[in-house]
Amino acid sequence: MEKFEKITGVAAPLPLINVDTDMIIPKQFLKTIKRSGLGVNLFDEMRYDGEGREIPDFVLNQPAYRKAEILVAGENFGCGSSREHAPWAIKDFGIKAVIAPSFADIFFNNCFKNGILPIVLPQDQVDRLMDDARKGENARITVDLEHQTVSGSDGTEFRFEVDPHQKHCLMEGLDDIGQTLQKAAAIDSFEQGYAARMPWV
Amino acid sequence: MSPKTLYDKIWDAHVVHEAEDGTCLLYIDRHLVHEVTSPQAFEGLRMAGRTVRAPEKTIAVPDHNVPTTLDRTSGIKNEESRIQVEALDKNAQDFGINYYPVSDVRQGIVHIVGPEQGWTLPGMTVVCGDSHTATHGAFGALAHGIGTSEVEHVLATQTLIQKKSKNMKVEITGKLRPGVTAKDITLSVIGATGTAGGTGHVIEYCGEAIRDLSIEGRMTVCNMAIEGGARAGLIAPDEKTFDYVMGRPHAPKGAQWEAALAYWKTLFTDEGAHFDKVITLKGEDIAPVVTWGTSPEDVLPITAAVPAPEDFKGGKVDAARRALEYMGLTAGTPLSEIEIDTVFIGSCTNGRIEDLRAAADVLKGKKIKEGLRAMVVPGSGLVRAQAEEEGLADIFKEAGFEWRLAGCSMCLAMNPDQLEPGERCAATSNRNFEGRQGRGGRTHLMSPAMAAAAAVTGRLTDVREMM
Ligand code: SF4
Repeated sequence: MEKFEKITGVAAPLPLINVDTDMIIPKQFLKTIKRSGLGVNLFDEMRYDGEGREIPDFVLNQPAYRKAEILVAGENFGCGSSREHAPWAIKDFGIKAVIAPSFADIFFNNCFKNGILPIVLPQDQVDRLMDDARKGENARITVDLEHQTVSGSDGTEFRFEVDPHQKHCLMEGLDDIGQTLQKAAAIDSFEQGYAARMPWV
Repeated sequence: MSPKTLYDKIWDAHVVHEAEDGTCLLYIDRHLVHEVTSPQAFEGLRMAGRTVRAPEKTIAVPDHNVPTTLDRTSGIKNEESRIQVEALDKNAQDFGINYYPVSDVRQGIVHIVGPEQGWTLPGMTVVCGDSHTATHGAFGALAHGIGTSEVEHVLATQTLIQKKSKNMKVEITGKLRPGVTAKDITLSVIGATGTAGGTGHVIEYCGEAIRDLSIEGRMTVCNMAIEGGARAGLIAPDEKTFDYVMGRPHAPKGAQWEAALAYWKTLFTDEGAHFDKVITLKGEDIAPVVTWGTSPEDVLPITAAVPAPEDFKGGKVDAARRALEYMGLTAGTPLSEIEIDTVFIGSCTNGRIEDLRAAADVLKGKKIKEGLRAMVVPGSGLVRAQAEEEGLADIFKEAGFEWRLAGCSMCLAMNPDQLEPGERCAATSNRNFEGRQGRGGRTHLMSPAMAAAAAVTGRLTDVREMM
């Protein structure tokens, strides 16, 4: 996984509560063989009409937000199923951090597994960042994981909490697999002992 | 040493590393792979430049998407399905894992192929990106489903990060009555505990009625542990297990067989071991059952009537109302008066040779009700071949069944075998969720013998009337 670097970029405002995983990536896209390439279908049913044409009003279709790296949203973001296709789609679009007053549990953890930083901030602070986000290019937001701060365009800093272990993994670009591979010696020696005890396996 | 359960013993034998908070790195002996939940995992390996750590312990077979009609040799028509299957072809080849392609006679449903080929052995840890991995617990193997990230994790490291579950015992005492099968046991257990009854637990099934089951019957029981909320179900191995395993292509041979056997004989729950939860059912009390609703816990004896929402409590009242509406049923209707349109015999729950024998037994010399659509989808190419050799295929065909090639088929309707909206099906599979067998389709779960009986009369039927 890539290391999570400090971001200064455009944030897309999505002032909705209870954005569920079906909205993030509808089920017809689960028959794919890829984890990548889902970005074009991120928020598919809000983003395109029945004929597959872009709905100009939807935030990610507006010129200012086509390259957004941050998403600011309402409470309980990511509720619904456990599909990893949801963080895959967000990541593939290019969004690296999602800011909201609260997240659904499974989605929250799936984000870390996929190099995305979900940031929980109080509603009033999210509201202020939402205002910045509405200004698009004119009000970039900075996310600094190392110092655990988000700063708005006027320089106001908001501090956020993050689990130390999850922070470490994101900063170092470690995924579960990367971490387990650090225990490769333990796996090797287990395998040797095991092969001696149970050679038939 | 304090007494251990079977689950404790298998767990302990596989811990590579334990963190302070109890999170363990668990060694995985067999990793089964199918085409739907694996492509992203292989792609992840490629992107990170990783390899499959133990390709010799990894087995892949396409099953969910494959058509089961005879013309499938000419290729899969649905493009997305074809691409998923082709991706598995390529991944199996690129990473050098054991593979049973569509063209191989051994191809079939992953949970049927694994045991059939002797990949599944007692005491093993077995995982697959599929919730019905629980099936393999019938051998006394710790087997459960995993997500796509975990599939990738196992491919790369041959381990899984896990916390230990609790122990639950499900005991079925005494003897089963005639006409009652493993499917009736497993459905009745879910009916008794509910679909969340096993949540957070690994179930060990035991008792005389379980011991009396064949290995295939035990697979049927363990298969549906997941519908009871447990990630895994287990049955201690015994002589029947050893007999079943012996001589299979990937089972140990010679001196290794002897060593394995000595170890397998230690795989049982010690006297006095602790269970966090215990359920006991009397074998004599179990009747041939069917499901009436849209959850596997909606189980009743075939002699009962459709329940009313008011018969339930709490949130289930609304759920039952919704289920009855979806199923198009009226409270009070005797279950045996419910007419069906379709019969599906197959799936990893009931697609093995004994299942086909049980159904053929009922069908012998009979015809299916006119106008009915009925199909048999053997669980593997080898099951199919054996059924042909035993003359079962002819019984099915003469009765009016379609005789298909192996795959998951109408169990989840990812291939072209689907129900139409409103179509009512007697099915030997494991899930009766809304839309599971096709949008608007109505599923009644039951045993193969019961499904065969329903095919003859065109309605849900007590198989005991035909015995
Ligand atoms: S037969 Fe059905 S339950 Fe079994 S693996 Fe296939 S789709 Fe899943």
